[in-house]
Amino acid sequence: MTNSNENFLKELHHPDVPVPEGMQSAVAVTSFGKLIDSIYNWGRRNSIWPMAFGLACCAIEMIATASSRFDQARFGMEVLRASPRQADLMIVSGTVTKKMVVPIVRLYNQMAEPKYVLAMGACAIGGGPFKEGYNVVSGIDKYIPVDVYVPGCPPTPQALLHGLIMMQKKIDGQSFGNRNSMPWYGRGPSEEVPVPVLGPDIVDPRQAYLLRREAAAAISAAEAETASGEADSGV
Amino acid sequence: MTEHVQVAETVTPLEDAINRLEARFAGAVRRDDREGYSGVIVDPGKLVEVATFVRDTLGFSYLSSATAVDYLGKSEGDHLEMVYHTYNLQGGPALVLKTQTPRGEATLPSLVGVWPGANFQEREAWDLMGIRFAGHPNLKRILMWEGFHGHPLRKDWREAYYEQDTKPFDSRWPEGHVSRAEEHNPYGKNVTYPAGFTLDDYESQAEKALYEDVPMGVHVTDMATDRVVVSMGPQHPSTHGVFRMVVALDGETIVALEPVMGYLHRNHEKIGERNTFLHNMPFTDRLDYFCSMSNNLGYAVAVEKLLALGKRWDPPTYRAEAIRVLMVELTRILNHLVAIGFLLNDLGAYFTPLMYAIIERELILDFFEAVSGSRMMCNYMRFGGVAYDLPERIQSTAALVNDRVRDFDTMHYLRALINDRLPRAIDQTNDLLTTNEIITNRCIGVGVLTREDAIAYSAAGPVLRASGVPYDVRRAEPYSIYPDLEFDVAVRYHGDIYDRYLIRLDEMRQSIRILKQVLPILEETRGQPFFAGRGGQYNPRIPAGEAYGRAENPKGELGYYVVSDGGQNPWRYHVRSPSFINLTALEQMCKGHKVADVVGILGSIDIVLGEVDR
Amino acid sequence: MYGSGIVRGLGVTLKHFVNTYLEDIRWGFRRHVPDEAFPLRQGLETRGIFTVEYPDEKIATPERFRFIPFLVVDNYDHPERPGHDWCTSCGICAKACPPQCIWIVRGTNPETGRPVPEPAEFYIDIDICMNCGFCAEFCPFDAIKMDHDYELASYDRTSAHIFNKQRLSKEFRYWQSIAPTRAAEEAQARGGWEHKDVLKQREKEARAQAKASESGS
Ligand code: SF4
Ligand code: SF4
Ligand code: SF4
Repeated sequence: MTNSNENFLKELHHPDVPVPEGMQSAVAVTSFGKLIDSIYNWGRRNSIWPMAFGLACCAIEMIATASSRFDQARFGMEVLRASPRQADLMIVSGTVTKKMVVPIVRLYNQMAEPKYVLAMGACAIGGGPFKEGYNVVSGIDKYIPVDVYVPGCPPTPQALLHGLIMMQKKIDGQSFGNRNSMPWYGRGPSEEVPVPVLGPDIVDPRQAYLLRREAAAAISAAEAETASGEADSGV
Repeated sequence: MTEHVQVAETVTPLEDAINRLEARFAGAVRRDDREGYSGVIVDPGKLVEVATFVRDTLGFSYLSSATAVDYLGKSEGDHLEMVYHTYNLQGGPALVLKTQTPRGEATLPSLVGVWPGANFQEREAWDLMGIRFAGHPNLKRILMWEGFHGHPLRKDWREAYYEQDTKPFDSRWPEGHVSRAEEHNPYGKNVTYPAGFTLDDYESQAEKALYEDVPMGVHVTDMATDRVVVSMGPQHPSTHGVFRMVVALDGETIVALEPVMGYLHRNHEKIGERNTFLHNMPFTDRLDYFCSMSNNLGYAVAVEKLLALGKRWDPPTYRAEAIRVLMVELTRILNHLVAIGFLLNDLGAYFTPLMYAIIERELILDFFEAVSGSRMMCNYMRFGGVAYDLPERIQSTAALVNDRVRDFDTMHYLRALINDRLPRAIDQTNDLLTTNEIITNRCIGVGVLTREDAIAYSAAGPVLRASGVPYDVRRAEPYSIYPDLEFDVAVRYHGDIYDRYLIRLDEMRQSIRILKQVLPILEETRGQPFFAGRGGQYNPRIPAGEAYGRAENPKGELGYYVVSDGGQNPWRYHVRSPSFINLTALEQMCKGHKVADVVGILGSIDIVLGEVDR
Repeated sequence: MYGSGIVRGLGVTLKHFVNTYLEDIRWGFRRHVPDEAFPLRQGLETRGIFTVEYPDEKIATPERFRFIPFLVVDNYDHPERPGHDWCTSCGICAKACPPQCIWIVRGTNPETGRPVPEPAEFYIDIDICMNCGFCAEFCPFDAIKMDHDYELASYDRTSAHIFNKQRLSKEFRYWQSIAPTRAAEEAQARGGWEHKDVLKQREKEARAQAKASESGS
């Protein structure tokens, strides 16, 4: 082995040096941290338990994905749990209505970390064909963070599987070395998403300030109008 | 005397009924000259009396649909109109009752006393149109939540992303600079608040109203007694989607049950009234997302009725109708197989029957995908025919890496499917389940709906027929080529879960029988046009008038009530969805049973939430 | 006898179980390997295990399959107009689109300011598109077609989910490859493989030439 080769190997050993594309399949571990990461992620990636919870038409394709032809079990995802406490992955499959987003946020809060959200279908991503409707939320990511988006109306089971593989890739990319990618090991409990309130329209508590501002603006606009109206009539 | 008899013979039963109504209630009913329906406008004060007379004396005992129309700014007058479609269970067309009320203080008498099936439909009319029904036992919002501002289906109510009254929008072309609708909304979400609203000390009514007056006066916090109120859903593995039930229990026995819906209310009708007629076609796919083909057909039937009012109109060709029947009956088999699978899931047979059903479903979906382009959202029917002919071969081409191709001859595939594969699947389901003792023990005698109740509650489809009413729209008011086809209307008489399961098997067998007759028609008509008239029209002219198109969907009678004012968009577009109305009878079926039976009973109704909430 | 029904049902499940192994033996335990096995396994004769091992084998989509639309442009090695849009920005697809997710800016000639038959910008919001196929069905120029590529999952939607003209454009060759029969049928209806306008132009030229040669001789 020549010197330069040795150097190259040494360099390769350094954790900051990315493994060249062609060698990635041959090299499993380059450092102890990576070893831990890869074992940890291997386990998590192959046992994602989705929550059994369907919203609309897309849910039927999700069921088709889970059943005999496409068989999510090949990815270790066959254990559909009805309880959010036992689930890692929430597949938001279908149109999210304002009435439904309240329970969804509550369910999301109840899921144990690490938790992932996959938005399936145009509706869950951005409202879809029903976006203009008065009871439709234009995208679940307005309320809870989404990890993978699977477009389509409905995405075919194969498209959903592609999305799930993307999800596995994302999990693979998380590392102890990078604390930001694993926030659930931070101090204290993770922050809950405030549950929206069903008022005259849906109210997101995070937008209370905006609401107050708009309300004040509306009132002052109305006042200005009456004032100008009075002024007009005065003239 | 003899002359009198002759006159009676030339008059149709419907005409006769209207004449008798006029004679009996002179002054309170009047005829109407609007196109497309036969019926009368009734004075609100006499509505209950007229309805009772129609039901008992004239024999129109089945209320198919009750819905409201907002005639804002129309020549007919500035009012809200309630429309009731009643049918004779012997068959024949509808007798339509209409009644009008001013928009300001809209109040009408409730017909729940005459037809309990009007219950949810009147609540819907209150929720979306703002008509109060005097005497309604439980007039709450049904699709939206309590406390929501406004009544969205009124023509002057506008949602947050309102852009223009009708599609197509002008902003798309020729100066279509892209933007997302939320960018124009201060909150970045699809919401608007009434002026001056803030969150400070606001109390939501949505949940409170639900429990406030659960019947029996049970209080939700009242856990000390053995009466409890349980909320099942909306996230529940056995509610077939986002459906919720508030159940009042005495021990484990159900004393009251209230379905709570609207968790999938996607504003189908509001969007449908902004769409052009053709735009609605793909939206109907998403109603009952198991049976997009049958939904398409129902809508096509309704609009074709409207088109027939005009002068230039070619009815669909024979081949088109044959293809339609082929698709619809395949859909029926697909739906019933899956429905049985879900029912068994609810009864505790963890997924096995459903998995077997899904194999057959996938094979049918392969065919749908090859013909129409999508597995579930077929969007296949057009006014006057179907979108494409059947392809010669069910063929695929590799586009992605690792794609594996298949290539079958279409007719061969169909023959094998219909003559061999599906009958075998039905027999297999029969073998697997029918005699299973666990199933018979749990199903026989549970969730009984009597014949009288089924009619009164406007139940439809398998639920109605399992209660001993042989009413099938394919026979009662035939459409497409059903008159030429030989089949029996399946009927069972006990009205329990088991009969509702058996009737699905019967219906699948009848569907196979129909399909076997359709196959030779398809062979004969090969090469003939699959579309009547000029194709390629994305904006056909629809004459003014109204039509109520019905189709026998796998889940029951699907009706589209379409009012056209001659423009390019429907003025009113209402869907009478079988799942929604069948739920009216849920409480009746569940009362007195154990809480564990609720999911089974619900499963036996076979609802789909896309259609319940629309 | 009580319980006979359950036994009968179990017989059905047992048959499914056994069938899987019978099929395995039939294919010499290489059921997933040969290409000929695929149509049998995924067709009406299927018995036993019915699974498609997705990333390693995919069910190819049929010709009429619809997913997100794409715009047809001339092949990039086209002799006369490489990469030229087939779309004439007539706006029909934007009008026929049910959820109104197509935005088109009509092209103008920068010198005269008059509209030209090609789009300056063309957007489809795939978060709204319902894959209905109306745009492709009603386009009079065969310029917009439904794509077969469904593997679009992404980590971010804000930037990636409004497809612009560049993202939407695909060569005509691609359409021919994913839907050979339909491309051929359409070409027959148009009277040639080229865009309608090109064909018209050629016809005109040919006629002019014929006239010229006639008058010349
Ligand atoms: S994306 Fe399409 S298929 Fe999925 S829920 Fe929405 S409308 Fe239904
Ligand atoms: S219909 Fe066809 S030619 Fe017209 S704007 Fe759309 S894509 Fe372009
Ligand atoms: S497929 Fe349908 S929804 Fe999508 S862009 Fe085309 S017309 Fe619009």
